[in-house]
Amino acid sequence: MSHPVIDVKGLRTSFKTDDGEIPVVNSIDFHIKPGEVLGIVGESGCGKSVTSLSLMGLVPSPTGKVEGEILFNGDNLTRASESKMRKIRGNEIAMIFQEPMTSLNPVFTIGEQLTEALRIHRNWNKKKALARAVEMLKQVGLPRAEELVREYPHQLSGGMRQRVMIAMAMICEPKLLIADEPTTALDVTIQAQILELMKKLNKETDTAIMLITHDLGVVAEMCQRVVVMYAGRIVEEGDVHSIFRNPKHPYTVGLIQSVPDMRVKKDRLYSIPGNVPKPGSIQLGCHFAPRCPHAMDRCLTETPSLKPFENGQQVRCWLYEDAKGAGKHDSAIS
Amino acid sequence: MLSYTLRRISSLIPVLLGMAFIVFFMIRAIPGDPAQLILGQQATKSSIEALNKELGLDRPWHTQFLEYLGGIFQGDLGMSLKTKTPISEEIWPYLAATIELSVVAMIIAIIIGVNAGIISAWFQNSWFDYTAMVLALIGVSMPIFWLGLMEQYIVSLQWDLLPTTGRDNIRDPVEAITHLYLIDTLLNGRVDQFIEVIRHLILPGIALGTIPMAIIARMTRSSMLEVMRSDYIRTARAKGMKMFWVVYKHSLKNAMIPVVTVIGLQTGLLLGGAILTETIFGWPGIGTYIYEAISYRDYPVIQSGILVIATIFVLINLVVDLLYAAIDPRIKYK
Ligand SMILES: Nc1ncnc2c1ncn2[C@@H]1O[C@H](COP(=O)(O)OP(=O)(O)OP(=O)(O)O)[C@@H](O)[C@H]1O
Ligand SMILES: [Mg+2]
Repeated sequence: MSHPVIDVKGLRTSFKTDDGEIPVVNSIDFHIKPGEVLGIVGESGCGKSVTSLSLMGLVPSPTGKVEGEILFNGDNLTRASESKMRKIRGNEIAMIFQEPMTSLNPVFTIGEQLTEALRIHRNWNKKKALARAVEMLKQVGLPRAEELVREYPHQLSGGMRQRVMIAMAMICEPKLLIADEPTTALDVTIQAQILELMKKLNKETDTAIMLITHDLGVVAEMCQRVVVMYAGRIVEEGDVHSIFRNPKHPYTVGLIQSVPDMRVKKDRLYSIPGNVPKPGSIQLGCHFAPRCPHAMDRCLTETPSLKPFENGQQVRCWLYEDAKGAGKHDSAIS
Repeated sequence: MLSYTLRRISSLIPVLLGMAFIVFFMIRAIPGDPAQLILGQQATKSSIEALNKELGLDRPWHTQFLEYLGGIFQGDLGMSLKTKTPISEEIWPYLAATIELSVVAMIIAIIIGVNAGIISAWFQNSWFDYTAMVLALIGVSMPIFWLGLMEQYIVSLQWDLLPTTGRDNIRDPVEAITHLYLIDTLLNGRVDQFIEVIRHLILPGIALGTIPMAIIARMTRSSMLEVMRSDYIRTARAKGMKMFWVVYKHSLKNAMIPVVTVIGLQTGLLLGGAILTETIFGWPGIGTYIYEAISYRDYPVIQSGILVIATIFVLINLVVDLLYAAIDPRIKYK
């Protein structure tokens, strides 16, 4: 196994609120290998964006607090100084955001915004940086790249803007690209194109990608491994095939069931009953217990730990207590 | 940009015409007969009539108005009843004095106000923020005349630091070229006089600039706070950009859009404030000029003076609109 690009251990991100310090992301462990695409899935509000902002060192201070270890190039980023983080951001770890319509600055040209990272991290002059920007725009499949660098974001469509965002993130050839729901705001055909583009860049440049989404279809399409998050915790982790074929955690099962299947016409779509709990509202036990069809008494009082299986899958659920990590491959539920 | 500018300028013509019309009639609504006033109580009826005829005041109003308009287009603002000099010749020194004072006051207000607003937003809830905003609140509610009198009392009379009134030292008057004394003293190579002119500008400048400064600071702060929460600021930070540039480049340009409006509005209001300040500080500006004309019923002077101020007001608005288009690329295309 090659050395991971990033290795997150016991990451805990909390925010100070009126009700005290509330953890939004709680003891998360995962790593991403070079060239790998790791999916992070979970419903809205389960802490996916906060996790990615934690990796970037962009959790809003002073209310936010990041603890644990984020190992990158041998450094623990949770302890890194702001100037050290600045050298990493946009250079070695880059990020694409959910909202292409609002993520570009409306008063600067595309060229200006594309070249900034090169000027900051590589100290390139304007001309050289602009040439590279044009090249990058071509690489992400944008037509008229030479003219585009002189245009403003409002002159571009959502799909074009997201391509610009990708070009912007990839321009310094980062080791890790964090894509926080890069296609959620786009229509389906554009979505597919953007994903295709990310896949292509991943293959060509060997950039590892952390792909955040709540769309399991996207995960199946793109990722090798997937982490399922629920209410700030990892509830299941494993390679995409195992998880899709053999989901163990009742939450993962629910997520997979709620994916509409075109081949089977159902009367109504399945959805997991209930909502993601507000951070801090559940203190004890498994956070999913109130919505879980298999909840037992102990689920409400004791927190299960992540239990590894032989195939590398890991599950945080009391249903697998007797499995003792020893090769019980079948789901207890189906 | 050029066609936008031309369009904006041509749209000013009806505004200016309307203004000339309103001013013309408002002046004639003021009670009192100018000929009577000029000749005094003892004047005979026939001498008054003769003077009215000489001044053209006996003719029907529309003839007077058209003649007046025609004059304006040829740069002829009429003749002062009191001094019998063409207004266009005698108005400039007064206007220059007002412009010099207003520009200085506004520059101080913009530089301090904008920066105080930026830093307050950047370090929201810091001691700087609190202090600046309390000061701004005091500044907004400060009566100009009171501030002016306090300045004179404390700084001039008690501490004897700065002169109370006038634009220059009466014993060593500035030799006027452009009537903008800051420029004239330098053209004459008189640095000592230049410093003296600055010393005269400080107190009225502060009196005049305080309210705009406070309003600009508050507006900048709230605008910056809003901008700094936006997605594109997060994008800029994710590039690894220094916070200073995130604030002064990416945030400021966007935040200035509403601030420019306020600056324009305040510059207009400043002209009104200038009349009060001029009276307190014995500043020989356009306010003083009109004030004297009013007590003399010098119709042409009042009329042209107000028209000149109103024109400046309209021109400021034009500049604001053009600045808008320069800052925000989305405007030209709407
Ligand atoms: N600055 C903050 N202060 C306090 N709470 C926050 C802050 N940012 C996020 N949170 C909370 O953290 C939780 C997780 O938010 P996050 O944005 O990570 O969710 P998400 O999984 O990305 O959801 P989505 O799919 O909607 O993007 C939410 O309940 C949110 O209210
Ligand atoms: Mg999110």
